[in-house]
Amino acid sequence: MMHQTPLKIAVASGKGGTGKTTVATSLALSLAKNLTETVMFLDCDVEAPNAHLFLKPEFSDQKQVEVLIPRVNETLCTHCGKCTEVCQFQAIAVLGQRTLVFPQLCHGCGSCTMICPTNAIQENPKSIGILQKGKAEQIEFARGVMDIGEPMAVPIIRQLKKWVKSTPSQITIVDSPPGTACPVVESMRGSDFILLVTEPTPFGLHDLRLAHQVAKELNIPTGLIINRDNGEFKELDNYCKAENLPVFLRIPFQRTIAEGIANGHTLVDILPETILSFQEICQTIRNIVK
Amino acid sequence: MIKQLVILSGKGGTGKTSLTAAFANLAKRNIPPIKAVLADADVDAANLELVTQPTLLEAHEFIGGEIAIINSNLCMSCGICEQVCRFDAIIPPNSNHPAYQVDTVACDGCAACVYQCPEEAISMVSQRAGSWYHSDSLYGDLFHADLIPAQENSGKLVTVVKQNGRLKALDTNAPLLIIDGPPGIGCPVISAIAGADLGVIVTEPTPAGAHDLERALQTIQHFHIPALVVVNKADLNPAMTDAIKTYCAEKQIEVLGEIPYDSSMSDAMKLGKDIIAYNPDLPASQALILIWNKIIKYLSLDGGLT
Repeated sequence: MMHQTPLKIAVASGKGGTGKTTVATSLALSLAKNLTETVMFLDCDVEAPNAHLFLKPEFSDQKQVEVLIPRVNETLCTHCGKCTEVCQFQAIAVLGQRTLVFPQLCHGCGSCTMICPTNAIQENPKSIGILQKGKAEQIEFARGVMDIGEPMAVPIIRQLKKWVKSTPSQITIVDSPPGTACPVVESMRGSDFILLVTEPTPFGLHDLRLAHQVAKELNIPTGLIINRDNGEFKELDNYCKAENLPVFLRIPFQRTIAEGIANGHTLVDILPETILSFQEICQTIRNIVK
Repeated sequence: MIKQLVILSGKGGTGKTSLTAAFANLAKRNIPPIKAVLADADVDAANLELVTQPTLLEAHEFIGGEIAIINSNLCMSCGICEQVCRFDAIIPPNSNHPAYQVDTVACDGCAACVYQCPEEAISMVSQRAGSWYHSDSLYGDLFHADLIPAQENSGKLVTVVKQNGRLKALDTNAPLLIIDGPPGIGCPVISAIAGADLGVIVTEPTPAGAHDLERALQTIQHFHIPALVVVNKADLNPAMTDAIKTYCAEKQIEVLGEIPYDSSMSDAMKLGKDIIAYNPDLPASQALILIWNKIIKYLSLDGGLT
């Protein structure tokens, strides 16, 4: 048997709710039907993770994501203020004879601990989220879930990507968060291909341009899936032509599909003919990244 | 006293911006009219400008955080920066690049390497992270922004947009600031909800919508901000809509109303309009008017609409 090189595809969109998870889960399910290749699904939308609702994995392993938050030993502290000077996030302050830490602002970089001349700062781990992995039938499934009230998604995504390195798969599907800011970039980084998903509306096109720009900056090739297509929004087709952005699939605009998804079904359940389309898309992607 | 109304969802694409634009229109149509200032807090995918026909009045640069840069003339390749960096942002010399360098995407801007480098070869440089704008829109002053794709500090940019919206409301005696929130529950969301008087969470009766509603509610309650819920596309899955209502009842969160699934919502958007401007007599528009009346009552603003 010919051995394929590992392939990592990130599914992204810019705008939320265009169908990233719908596409990513159905792509994974379609590829898993081909039993010669192992498929890993990585849900990197750690703020609003949803893929488990469709793939229904059983988790067998989990790990806390922690950042190290400084704790000041007041008996050793001379209130020199060096820590305050080096902290870029105003997370530590000297007020008279006390040194205060603000854990919500702390990025856990350790700069204050390293600079302290009297070694008065120790560090305690603080949870910011959790990683979970398991199996959804043949699919290796892993996700990160951010704790409520925590601001930083990037460290969770980064640790999730590291954590699954011990489970090598031939194909990895990454479900990215919406937007174009740092969590999206962290999700896309290291992928061989970015599969963009949009809807043919002004909102969809506006945000597709931004996501496409991120992909170009990362120098990763892209293709597009148009969801809820009714063939009426010519601006999108014009953009794809002008940008040489290949359109791999058009999912029709049908109330029955929206209802099916609303009832927890996957696209490949609702439209089984898309299984073949997704398998072909993967082959096309292999040819592009080769 | 300016009231801050923020529209949120958790999951993207449930209709935050469509509802925000409709509320902005309803504020203007309210009897008596309520002068509102609009702020688009979804800075990495800003869409409110697409349905409010803005005329740009001012544009400002936004300088985000700083990132580290290594001066290779001073670097002795000791590797201490790589050891101290907790963000894996220092790339050691390799065949493509013979000196230590900073991975600008991974760099968190903490400056730990700057202080630990024995050669003082590392310094911090500011990054232009985007722009923010003040525009005149169909429904009053609009504050919006563009984050340069792949930039950090979206939370900080959200704060800038909101603060300027608030100042404008103070200057012009506008009693209401309507904030179109970002999806998710992380840093830009926390910035968007800070100081809000009311959060309206827009959900949809899908497994993902219901799941993310729960996380959005927990987040907004974590920051002690009152929350109300709107179920958009409610008839797509009536059983799930009922389950959402039961969940909200258990949590003692009021469901303001249900909006039926209507493709006119996206037809309106394609014409650059909100649903009320498109056709105020549609069932979805009528549902929004009822919801609006409850919101202004909750915020102790005057009047209403029939």
